[in-house]
Amino acid sequence: MISSMVETATGGAKTMVLNMGPQHPSTHGVLRILLELDGENVVRAIPDMGYLHTGIEKSCEDKTYSQAITLTDRIDYLNPLGNNLAYCLAVEKLLGLEIPKRAQYIRVMMVELQRISSHLVWLGTHAIDLGAMSVFLYCFREREEILKIFEFVAGQRMMTSYIRIGGLALDLPAGWRQRVEKFLKMMPGRIDEYEELLTGNRIWMGRTKDVGYISAEDAVALSMTGPTLRAAGLAYDNRRVFPYSSYPEFEFDVPTRTDSDCFGRYMIRIAEMRESLKIIRQAMGKITADGPFRTEAPGIIPPDREKMKTEMEALIYHFKIFTEGFSPAPGEAFATIESPRGELGVFVASDGSPKPLRVHFRGPSFINLQALPKLIEGKLLADVIACIGTIDIVLGEVDR
Amino acid sequence: MTENSNQNTNVVVERLRAWNPNAISEVIEFRGETTIVVPRNVLRVLAERCRADKELQFNLLSDATCVDRYPLEPRFEVNYHLVSIPRRIRLRLKVRLSSDDATVDSLVPVWPGANWLEREVFDLFGIRFNEHPDLRRILMPEDWEGYPLRKDYPVEGYRDIPSSATRYTRNRP
Repeated sequence: MISSMVETATGGAKTMVLNMGPQHPSTHGVLRILLELDGENVVRAIPDMGYLHTGIEKSCEDKTYSQAITLTDRIDYLNPLGNNLAYCLAVEKLLGLEIPKRAQYIRVMMVELQRISSHLVWLGTHAIDLGAMSVFLYCFREREEILKIFEFVAGQRMMTSYIRIGGLALDLPAGWRQRVEKFLKMMPGRIDEYEELLTGNRIWMGRTKDVGYISAEDAVALSMTGPTLRAAGLAYDNRRVFPYSSYPEFEFDVPTRTDSDCFGRYMIRIAEMRESLKIIRQAMGKITADGPFRTEAPGIIPPDREKMKTEMEALIYHFKIFTEGFSPAPGEAFATIESPRGELGVFVASDGSPKPLRVHFRGPSFINLQALPKLIEGKLLADVIACIGTIDIVLGEVDR
Repeated sequence: MTENSNQNTNVVVERLRAWNPNAISEVIEFRGETTIVVPRNVLRVLAERCRADKELQFNLLSDATCVDRYPLEPRFEVNYHLVSIPRRIRLRLKVRLSSDDATVDSLVPVWPGANWLEREVFDLFGIRFNEHPDLRRILMPEDWEGYPLRKDYPVEGYRDIPSSATRYTRNRP
């Protein structure tokens, strides 16, 4: 179909075909869009992806349940902790595991930090696409602080693999509270700074207001989720609607708007960052100094290092877990979380062997991108860039 | 929460059974999730019913995916994950397909969002969707042979890529 479009469209009277990407900076990766243009107006848009397809779902089938966690980091590389969480929730559902409250609160705190860092990357790159260079530098300055916290806690800045089946990889290190506290003190003022630069800025409003409108009915019909759906007026947030990890114990708002354009989505994400700060503050109050950071399930969760030195059983379990893995009962589980981009779902099917029969990721970027032609067809070429940015795609997740 | 959702989804099953007793061939309850196994020929009418029924309102198609149970038959299971945003319930529709006729009606007429999801299943499993408006590969190259997520497709792939050493020696006279 793509090749036929290239052949025929130029033969037509008025339109031309413009090949945007896959190496275009504003596509945030390797997305190719075939645009049929009539002057400056987009007549038809055909997204073409797969340039980053690495077969992660196939690779997961060849790993044990625990080994596959490292692959989940690499799907949506701006939200590795969220991917870890979604995958672990699915496997835990399959196993029927209960997670200690303390581990759940730590998970919430880390995932909300991740949400802020992801929104910061989005804001910075979206602004740079539309010509606002300085916001990018400020956003990455604050993101760096979050990545430093991740490095301090998990030992890795991006590919953390920190959330594991049954809990966490490690307990929080001494001194984490001061670091997160320092970040929480700094951040609200910094968000005000971004808003000062952008929210009332006439150029910013001109580039984003009334650009990329989609109605709530169309957004739901096209399976859109996340900030794009909430900007259309539907308060669909998995943290509220299908709660996980003790989210009902936290107080936060789900911001919605009705304008459903690029500006509305920008305002939603800014508001979400502020809500995430509230959640992190509450989670810090709930995390006790001592307590378990993972559940106890012999044969599934690796035993304590100390126990292994004194107990024969623990040593045997440790050996079995890391050589053979564990075998959940045959069945299927689908777990969803609210990732910064929308509903991130993980479907895991087990056939009773130590390796998953099937792992599938419902990537919100992939599904939200489907609405791109709806947003841009009939609009100006310059708005295409604003629309790609506003969907907030991560090509690693689109192509998997 | 799980109890509550269980009750809700049982209402769904009853509601659908009352509408058409032959539309559900099996109900699976596992870890608080409800799966309805649907005969292939009623999938689209049942899906349409799920979306349009005032008591159900499954307005969001969350996900569509496939499981390959090779060498068992029927080999493929196509799963649709539905969400009712107003009712706050989830439901999985499952269709079993055998390998000699891996074809099913597309749900794009019911939820336009099924378009890319079904294209992905077609691309990676080779399931054909009747009346899909744009059924072509989405992640793999257009000229790719085979369906990579099938169980009889090796993880390393089929293509024999020569190492750089053999490539140099082959060109020598």
